[in-house]
Amino acid sequence: MSQVLHTPPPTDAAPPAPPAGDLAALAARHGLSVSGARPTLPEYIRQLWARRHFITAFSTAKLTAQYSQAKLGQIWQVMNPLLNAAVYFLIFGVLLGTKKGVPDYVPFLVTGVFIWTFTQSSILAGTRAISGNLGLVRALHFPRAALPISFCLQQLQQLLFSMCALVVILLCFGVPVAASWVLAVPALVLQFVFNAGVSMVMARLGAKTPDIAQLMPFVLRTWMYVSGVMWSIEHLASKHNDWPSWVVPVLQANPAAIYIDLMRFALIDSFHSSQLPAHVWLIATGWALLAGVGGFIYFWKAEETYGRG
Amino acid sequence: MAENIDENAPTVIADNVDIVYRVNGTGAGKGSATAALNRIMRRKQTEKASGVRKVHAVKKVSFVAYKGEAIGLIGTNGSGKSTLLKAVAGLLPVESGAIYTDGQPSLLGVNAALMGDLTGERNVYLGGLAMGMSREQIKERYQEIVDFSGINEKGDFITLPMRTYSSGMGARLRFSIAAAKDHDVLLIDEALATGDRSFQKRSEQRIRELRKHAGTVFLVSHNNKSIRDTCDRVLWLERGELRMDGPTEDVLKEYEAFTGDKTTTKPKAKPKPKVAV
Repeated sequence: MSQVLHTPPPTDAAPPAPPAGDLAALAARHGLSVSGARPTLPEYIRQLWARRHFITAFSTAKLTAQYSQAKLGQIWQVMNPLLNAAVYFLIFGVLLGTKKGVPDYVPFLVTGVFIWTFTQSSILAGTRAISGNLGLVRALHFPRAALPISFCLQQLQQLLFSMCALVVILLCFGVPVAASWVLAVPALVLQFVFNAGVSMVMARLGAKTPDIAQLMPFVLRTWMYVSGVMWSIEHLASKHNDWPSWVVPVLQANPAAIYIDLMRFALIDSFHSSQLPAHVWLIATGWALLAGVGGFIYFWKAEETYGRG
Repeated sequence: MAENIDENAPTVIADNVDIVYRVNGTGAGKGSATAALNRIMRRKQTEKASGVRKVHAVKKVSFVAYKGEAIGLIGTNGSGKSTLLKAVAGLLPVESGAIYTDGQPSLLGVNAALMGDLTGERNVYLGGLAMGMSREQIKERYQEIVDFSGINEKGDFITLPMRTYSSGMGARLRFSIAAAKDHDVLLIDEALATGDRSFQKRSEQRIRELRKHAGTVFLVSHNNKSIRDTCDRVLWLERGELRMDGPTEDVLKEYEAFTGDKTTTKPKAKPKPKVAV
């Protein structure tokens, strides 16, 4: 069976190919480019901008597809965060009694949970952005950063639904509508940039080592508990006088705590600016720029390797 | 037509291309946890012992494709056709040599971007955007895409989720979306094998149109008839080596002799018997 037929003489009806060495020269003469090479950073940004409609359409499609088989359909977009908040309230508010000393505990808790969930699910989705979409990456050409950004955008849309639920909760618990609510917008923008940056870092790591996806839930849970999602870091510190003086500023300066506290400050009237660390907007912008720009460049550096091997 | 090829416009140049796959976790054939641990502990070892196997899929292949050509890629299973196609698309790295392209070659296939839970209509937009079309371009071609796919011939199916489609219907819509864009270089992997006879006819027609729009088309197929109908030049790959490169008839004659020779040891190489149309 493995009888090797002699190779038939090459036919020359097709345009005679120049000898192998000249092919590179031929390519250069006609301005052909090497297939699959990484574009320069400005070119990459331009390509990404050109695909912005794909990014938004993809994230919206993912969001819609999520509940398309459920009978209640898109109502789950709001139901989900509400149920989530109810569970946390039951455990931390009623059973553990964490609320002692925190005014407006329910709005405090729910804001924390929603804002934290935004960061958490963005990072989780980012970790699987490349490794979970290999089919897409192997079939179509587009700047791969579109994937993690698109997943973060999906989480942002999800959060906007949650925010609608949050407004209802705030009003129910007697938190007055205030001008400071406008501050929620810049806070969200900064948080989105931060999330997208971290997602891109995780996407590159997850593409190379899929095992990271198994590890992330534990890392994220630890991060959640030190970020004061369910309790006030300040209150906790006042109960532990033996803590070294640097612990509280460090806990409060971690990006998750910063974005959560900014949102609480914006929305809840009993959460005063004195509870925020100094230069809070500066720190929030710094984290966003560091993660956003750094993450983007880090991700781009491995652009040509995604989906291969 | 091989005669009116513009000598001055090569679109794809493959220069001595080698492609090697590395497959992880083949170690001593054990996928157990201890084997994995072992692999990590003894990092500095030969690739073979550390569980990485190399598969040399394409060996020293060179060719030049010109504007307006339709090139068929043939060869028995596992001869490296699809691998070569992916490398031309820039989706697989080459081990040595280089592939130069004019513009961005695209694999015909938007399957991965489409979502079964969404309606056909939304998938047309999603697929189009994924291929890099603008919203306006898609809007313009929307009706054309739907009509071409024939999805609505049996009722209003385009507004139903794609998961409710039969596999044939799904394949038709996918081909229609993918073929809606004018590609510089279009790479098709056995796409014509799907759909019923009338749809195959239409897809062949569409591929001819795409060629007229000055692109180059590569077609991988085991169906010698569709190669004959659409291609004027054929590359024959066997065990990763370019065995023959020439006009369709010449190459196919040799290829058929070659496979015909093999069918005596293989049970039925030809695809399913044709049902009367």
